[in-house]
Amino acid sequence: MLEGIMIGLSAAFSLQNLLMVIGGCLIGTFIGMLPGLGPMSIIAIMIPVAISLGDPAAALILLAGVYYGAIFGGSTSSILLNAPGVAGTVATSFDGYPMARKGQAGKALTIAAVASFAGGTVGAVLLMIFAPALSTVALLFHSAEYFALMVVGLSAIAAFAGTGQVAKALMMTLLGLILATVGEGALFNMPRFTLGMMDLQSGISFITLAMAMFALPEALFLVLNPLRGASAEGETNKITNLRFSREEGRAIAPVIARQSVQGFFIGVLPGAGATIASFLGYAVERNIAKGEEQAEFGHGSVKGLAAPETANNAACTGSFVPLLTLGIPGSGTTAILLGALIALNVTPGPRLMTDTPEIFWAVIISMFIGNLVLLVLNLPLIPYIAKILAIPRNYLIPFILFFTLMGAYIGQNNATELLILVGLGVMATIFRFADYPLAPLLIGFILGTMLEDNFARSMQLYRGLDFIIERPMTLGLLVLAALLVLLPSYRARRARKRAQGVADGD
Amino acid sequence: MALDRWIALIFVTFCCAYGYLAFFTMDQLLPPFMQRNPVWPSTFPKVLSVLGALTGLVVLLGLEKPEAGKGPAATDINLSRLREYKIGQALMLLALMVLYALSLRTAGFLLATTVFLVAGSAILGERKWHIMLPVAMLATGLVWYLVQEVLGIFLRPLPYFMGT
Repeated sequence: MLEGIMIGLSAAFSLQNLLMVIGGCLIGTFIGMLPGLGPMSIIAIMIPVAISLGDPAAALILLAGVYYGAIFGGSTSSILLNAPGVAGTVATSFDGYPMARKGQAGKALTIAAVASFAGGTVGAVLLMIFAPALSTVALLFHSAEYFALMVVGLSAIAAFAGTGQVAKALMMTLLGLILATVGEGALFNMPRFTLGMMDLQSGISFITLAMAMFALPEALFLVLNPLRGASAEGETNKITNLRFSREEGRAIAPVIARQSVQGFFIGVLPGAGATIASFLGYAVERNIAKGEEQAEFGHGSVKGLAAPETANNAACTGSFVPLLTLGIPGSGTTAILLGALIALNVTPGPRLMTDTPEIFWAVIISMFIGNLVLLVLNLPLIPYIAKILAIPRNYLIPFILFFTLMGAYIGQNNATELLILVGLGVMATIFRFADYPLAPLLIGFILGTMLEDNFARSMQLYRGLDFIIERPMTLGLLVLAALLVLLPSYRARRARKRAQGVADGD
Repeated sequence: MALDRWIALIFVTFCCAYGYLAFFTMDQLLPPFMQRNPVWPSTFPKVLSVLGALTGLVVLLGLEKPEAGKGPAATDINLSRLREYKIGQALMLLALMVLYALSLRTAGFLLATTVFLVAGSAILGERKWHIMLPVAMLATGLVWYLVQEVLGIFLRPLPYFMGT
């Protein structure tokens, strides 16, 4: 491991990669602060740039920097405007915005930055410990287990989608898998479902799909609803004093310690991610806090601000564990990162650490650097960066649309791709209106090829479906997947029955 | 019927069409040596179409009950307030994007992009032409420079009749 750290240090401290971290964090913060643009859209927009770098380590470092920056930027707009750009920072606004209203915006931002820094750093340390261990186990997996593991991942994402949403999320996952079968795959060397169209021969580009699923609907919503992303009062709070007191520091220290560990492990679970981690972190800390402190939650408590901020950053780091060790993304954002890596000819998975350790370790080391950059460089710049929130939307929206188009065009160099983008974007907007989650679609799309690949390989090895019975672990994982999907609806049904019983008794 | 169930209906239909292609049109084209494989190109799509149709039906028939009393948040996008939204602007911007896609090759990057950015803000109600034009031109030039020179991806800058 020490050797790996040295490799990572030497790779991450090259001038190019340092610039990537700093640039990525700044760009991420900058765009992440814009209301309505979440990390997924930003990363999708940045992918063509990252891919054209050619160096997978640099690309991943840049994208990870953008990811961190975007989350930090999202917290900034939650605190200053009560307009969280990302679901993961909604919990931040519970206490961050009241603090800003009390004239403590500067202090709130500092606490958010310190909490994010701590969460991210502890997360990176845990990642350093667990990822190598997990990938040793993962090396024992065969294609049958991989197939089963991906099924588990996909069903977990659907299962965590929320009550009454599991079937919808599953539907989106299946749509993603179906879209992935379009085009000529390496597996069979024959075009499928192209309907005779040349433009579909190479399949649908994942960048186009990512843009269409996230960036375009967000931009369209900003157009449709001018109030979206604007603060209730419509004024930016002044950022004055950035310091917090020693007592406050002492109060948040245990919160940060607990939440960075809890957040990390929630982040590791597929489908859970930063949003659940931040809400759960907030809830846990509110329950632990006593008397007066508990009453302060929701009215500008420093603990209530530190908890979700620590947890969401630790969870972001945690979500890299399944990506780097198994090659299976647990969230929309890591799915996009996986797509970028595949485009750069790197297949993340247990072999990543043995075949290209410099990529693995450079990414981990750059997580530390990224967190440091956010704390040291971004925090003092926040008052200036916050000015971007004042850009009139009449200028902002055409630019967002233009960058979305550009991203798809640069990736494919094909104008037809832009038409596909607009078509898919309209579809995604309608899905959003109907309350369908879109991340499962993208994850399904990206995993689709690998899922079929591993399925076909195990079928060929065992001449049929026997692999399910002959490999107990595969069977176990598939049973787990089925349970994950069926359990939420079973529990909801039981709860409903019980509620009905109570109603009858009245 | 609510929008989400309409979508589920369309999805079920889509799965049926996809399943039809997978079950009845793909296997005839298969060369004999590949027919001895346990997995055919149509195997996975067949499974997907069946699963897709089933989950689509679950949503369509409303077998999974949503949690009661949990309305969408006020700031979130909401179909019931569709009338208050600026649909016209959104549709016009979408049309503008299609137009941009169609004219990018013939009109060249610089012209098409400048027009796109200016027209985009004009659709949103901006009328300060003396700011919009310079901003759009500057941004277009900058992006073109970055993409062409820094990233090394070719973008035809000028209209087709003025050379490549």
